[in-house]
Amino acid sequence: MPVLELQGVSQEFGGLRALDSIDLQVEQNSIFGIIGPNGAGKTTLFNVITGIYPPTEGRLIFQDQPIAALSSHKVARLGIGRTFQNIRLFNRLSVIDNVKVAANWNRSAGLLASLLGLPSYSREQSQSQEKAEALIDMMGLYAKRMEYAQSLSYGEQRRLEIARALAAVPSLLLLDEPAAGMNSSEKLELMDLIWKIRDDMQLTILLVEHDMHLVMNICEQIAVLDYGRKIAEGDPDAIKRDPRVIQSYLGVER
Amino acid sequence: MLWQQLLNGLTLGSTYALIALGYTMVYGIVQLINFAHGEIYMVGAFVGLFLVITWDVNLGIAMVGAMAVCMVLGVLVERIAYRPLRGKSSRLSPLISALGASIFLSTLMALIAGVNTRRYPAVVDLSSYSLGPIQVSSMQVVILLVSAGLMIGLQFLVRRTRIGKAMRACSQDLDAAALMGINVNRVISYTFAIGSALAAAGGVMVGVYYNAVWPYMGTMAGLKAFAAAVLGGIGSIPGAMLGGLTLGIMEIMGVAYISSSFKDAIAFGILILVLILRPQGILGEKKNKKV
Repeated sequence: MPVLELQGVSQEFGGLRALDSIDLQVEQNSIFGIIGPNGAGKTTLFNVITGIYPPTEGRLIFQDQPIAALSSHKVARLGIGRTFQNIRLFNRLSVIDNVKVAANWNRSAGLLASLLGLPSYSREQSQSQEKAEALIDMMGLYAKRMEYAQSLSYGEQRRLEIARALAAVPSLLLLDEPAAGMNSSEKLELMDLIWKIRDDMQLTILLVEHDMHLVMNICEQIAVLDYGRKIAEGDPDAIKRDPRVIQSYLGVER
Repeated sequence: MLWQQLLNGLTLGSTYALIALGYTMVYGIVQLINFAHGEIYMVGAFVGLFLVITWDVNLGIAMVGAMAVCMVLGVLVERIAYRPLRGKSSRLSPLISALGASIFLSTLMALIAGVNTRRYPAVVDLSSYSLGPIQVSSMQVVILLVSAGLMIGLQFLVRRTRIGKAMRACSQDLDAAALMGINVNRVISYTFAIGSALAAAGGVMVGVYYNAVWPYMGTMAGLKAFAAAVLGGIGSIPGAMLGGLTLGIMEIMGVAYISSSFKDAIAFGILILVLILRPQGILGEKKNKKV
């Protein structure tokens, strides 16, 4: 059963067709890759899925529910978490607060309870503290939990972004170029981390990435975009052999 | 003499700081100068006056009542005048809408209450005490204590509570906050409510302190508080507090040692100087342009 389904999704900016009738089915618990040259519409696709702008045409269905008309925070609360191509952490919040601020907003204790420090609030506080600490520990950032996000190294910031995206316990995680700027050993660690997240948290991962080694190794299904169109889809071996993909993106090996 | 002026300056500065906080918090999140904020302060002063005259309540209840009414008013102004324009138009449109809201509110109050200056009945024992060389009036004590209490409360709210952390997250990256499940519109409403409540408390206390309330009192107070927010670094909460106190002290010192006719010129002269020498304000952060 697909966890996310796109039916004829198009996005126009002025006269530019950034996405052109995209159909996509992302299977539950899979690791799904989206590749393509710069400007192919990969990040636009993420922005449409997460409700930053509603699609000009088409339907988006997440867990049997249409989400095309929903605002970003509602999409997030339904269970879609994401990271960003250029890291967008809350730089002047601590590591742990970055995670806590994103965690489960559907809670009972309101503002009054929080101001008065009622038991319902403090119970929730300690629960969310524990969950946030567990996530940060999983990402290897426990020792730095009280530091400002901006003081972390680049790789640590990337991991914190993943932790923050996981805070609301999503069932679908979107990773926008997670390996950008990483060296090869960091990329290997990242691959292990992505597998671990998928298996431990039982979620589906949709990722945009330029690093072909990483994509071909961890993705079970790949879609290729070019000029806003989906030009191919299949498993890594099929994609590697597809003549259109080789021509427009992968290039010919000499 | 100097100590007396310093005390007077701190008192005036505290009220500037209370109003400046509303400007800076709203700017921090939606990058909008809420020009109707001075009018919220004015409405606060009138609501307090109305409560005192009609039900003969004490100062504390008058203040709480004014804060509650202004919270609702601040949220309404945002809903009606700013939210429909957010993200759909240039940044100039909400600014013009803010000016419109400001003129609407002061004119509406002039229609309701008349343009004459109203006086507060004696709600506070207006005696003053001698502390060595300085005279402290009881209202000065009230202003200093209440302002300090509200600012400490605000710091607690922003640093420690969930909504406060959400406010800080929104001020750092509004889109990312929405994508992490934070209801941005709700956070913005809270921000307007809190800022308006602080301004209302300031309005009631200034109304009693200077014993004068009139429909256009928000214009100059709003401009001064805005100057204070810029002086401290717009977007920074400690900056607004520091900017308010600095501006109040400098203004009073200018009046005492130079001339009272230069009062406003001094306040805005400082603003111009700061903008030239340190455009980001005392505690403001230099914004790196996103590429």
